Amino acid sequence: MDLSFSPEEVAFRDDVRAFFRDNVDAAVRQKLFETRHITKDEQVSWQRTLHKKGWGVPHWPVEYGGTGWSAVKQYIFLEELQRYPAPAPLPFGVNMVGPVIYTFGNETQKKYYLPRIANMDDWWCQGFSEPGAGSDLASLKTSANRKGDTYIVNGQKTWTTLAQHADWIFCLCRTDPTARKQSGISFILIDMKTKGITVRPIQMIDGGVEINEVFFDDVVVPVENLVGEENKGWDYAKFLLGHERVNIARVGISKARIGRIKELAARTMAGGRPLIEDPLFRQKLASTEIELKALELTQMRVVAAEGKHGKGKPDPASSILKIKGSEIQQTLTELLLEVTGPFALPFLQDDARNTNDDWASPIAPTYFNYRKVSIYGGSNEIQRNIIAKAVLGL
Amino acid sequence: MDFDLSEEQRLLKDSIDGLLKSSYDFDARKKYLAERDGYSRAIWDKFAEQGLLGLPFSEDDGGFGAGPVETMIVMEALGRNLVIEPYLDTVVLGGGFLRRASREQRAAYLPGIIDGSKTLAFAQLELDSRYDLGDVATSAKKNGSGYVLNGEKVVAGHGDTAGTIIITARTAGGQRDAKGVGVFLVPADAKGVDIRGYETQDGSRAADIKLANVEVGADAVIGDVEDGLLIVNQVVDDARIALCAEAVGAMEEAVKISVEYIKERKQFGVAIGSFQALQHRAADMFTALETARSMSYLASMASNFTDLNERAKTVAAAKVQIGRSARFVGQSGVHLHGGIGVTMEYRIGHYFKRLTMIDHQFGDADFHLARIAATGGIIR
Repeated sequence: MDLSFSPEEVAFRDDVRAFFRDNVDAAVRQKLFETRHITKDEQVSWQRTLHKKGWGVPHWPVEYGGTGWSAVKQYIFLEELQRYPAPAPLPFGVNMVGPVIYTFGNETQKKYYLPRIANMDDWWCQGFSEPGAGSDLASLKTSANRKGDTYIVNGQKTWTTLAQHADWIFCLCRTDPTARKQSGISFILIDMKTKGITVRPIQMIDGGVEINEVFFDDVVVPVENLVGEENKGWDYAKFLLGHERVNIARVGISKARIGRIKELAARTMAGGRPLIEDPLFRQKLASTEIELKALELTQMRVVAAEGKHGKGKPDPASSILKIKGSEIQQTLTELLLEVTGPFALPFLQDDARNTNDDWASPIAPTYFNYRKVSIYGGSNEIQRNIIAKAVLGL
Repeated sequence: MDFDLSEEQRLLKDSIDGLLKSSYDFDARKKYLAERDGYSRAIWDKFAEQGLLGLPFSEDDGGFGAGPVETMIVMEALGRNLVIEPYLDTVVLGGGFLRRASREQRAAYLPGIIDGSKTLAFAQLELDSRYDLGDVATSAKKNGSGYVLNGEKVVAGHGDTAGTIIITARTAGGQRDAKGVGVFLVPADAKGVDIRGYETQDGSRAADIKLANVEVGADAVIGDVEDGLLIVNQVVDDARIALCAEAVGAMEEAVKISVEYIKERKQFGVAIGSFQALQHRAADMFTALETARSMSYLASMASNFTDLNERAKTVAAAKVQIGRSARFVGQSGVHLHGGIGVTMEYRIGHYFKRLTMIDHQFGDADFHLARIAATGGIIR
């Protein structure tokens, strides 16, 4: 038993740190630190910077542009990225559709899509949830009916994150209406420019636009956009959701947030002294720090086991990472909100700044927005179901 | 980064698990509790035979030179089986002081600890000290080359059966000063030592100890007689680390038997474990257990930290997590069992009681949380 990194891993960490220090735009870093949104251009340009360095898709197999890093190195990379903070790569391309394509797609698809995903030539979004299919995803209704060499897609997706920027969407569509729920679903790639697609942005409670409804009205999709076998889409979706849970703990982001809380609480006066000196506030923060430490160690256990025994199926214990990771993220946004005190109230549209030193205005929106983290990625109740079933055998 | 046990460590785990499986079931434990000392001398001898009592001592001292992971393995096993023999008091605490003692003191005590013939107790708590290790009113006054001890110690684990009591006493300064605390080896049968033993909530034993003009020689002092708190802090941190591991073992078993129970118990014609409300409670128990395990591992690793502040902070953080997890797992385990959970007749209640008491040993979750908060947290 040994919790330390090897000298080689320490050297690697130093390299990664130096790279972020030299390559992350200072304004972008400041935005992330202040919990403000970054623009589409900033997201794309960062992905290209990473890709140029060869780190755009570190976890992919080497033949498709991956780095061949060990599980521990992947962990170090993401941890350092989150805590710097640098923009997190958008998951829909590199973590979701990419792995599905290189695992189940044909050669033509691999050749065309994978390099474009790695360089973010295309912005991808995820067409899974529907108005009637949330946690019960397999009850989805969007249909893709075969007609000659095409599918005709009809239906509606919802909660589609950043679809307003998207060039492509990967969709679960029902291709066999007579089959049992989970069978009869296919995994289809659809060009967002296709006629018949309408995107309706949904304003979130923070006032920003992050999610959308996507409507499909007789959308014609070439049959070669099917990934893998027809009616096997559910298997691919399960594979993808397993990938999504990896690193959902977001320990590095929470570390950066604790740094922000300490910085703000040190210059916010309360009762004639900095808020950080208030024992009750300090205890609440320390309490969350301890939970974060326990989460970090739990994640290291999962990573070390993966590095040693190979990457098999996702460890059901990783459901712990989702539950605790999301709870801690929510608690920290709550503590940030507490720091703002009365300055939580002013509402400014689109990240506008109130004064030159307006640190407070993005915080209440972030708190509102972060209620999403216990909902998405398989709600925390779904994660408890997974633990009860897969781990405890209930 | 590696969380697996080595081959030798796995063998140690198998051997202690094997021993306890064959000799420490629920009914056997009840018999041990009823023995004269409140635990089984026969089991203690078996621990000695298996080398468990010599684990942390150097080979020069007749031990096995094992590290914190080995102690963790033993403590987890003791926790899983609710073992009441004085391992913490004798080997971790008593042994912890002696490992830092002089060659003569080691030679006088360690062979007896290792072969099972000597047990120790640590008498530190006082009526007003609560969890503050430096709050010491018991006095040690210079007397020729030795000392005279006066005062009253309370709730010393296994203090009524130990042959030797390790006592903290003030040699200089005010009651709460960090400087001026000495650590003394006092024979339980020394003149002026009055010991009153009693049962504890979790089936173990403890004692209140009065010291009236107890004379000890200079050879009774462990370490610097005016700066003993340095050693006390380290040894008590070792005990906290061991308690974390014991709690993990107890929680592991509590989760296991609770899950087994709700799989079997039928109401409304089905196993109650098929109800989602209970499944989610069980899933939360599992999460509490595993996060506690993570912190117990970290605490054991911290045992070798050379930065003593970092070591103390890490152990405190672990004790907070363990205290909270243990409370949730203990309470939930009883709750999932229903009525039988609040009786003496079933195992779960005993795990609940032990888990509850662990939080009250060497600082509860709130105490350690306040320590961490006061020093600016643990995330950098």
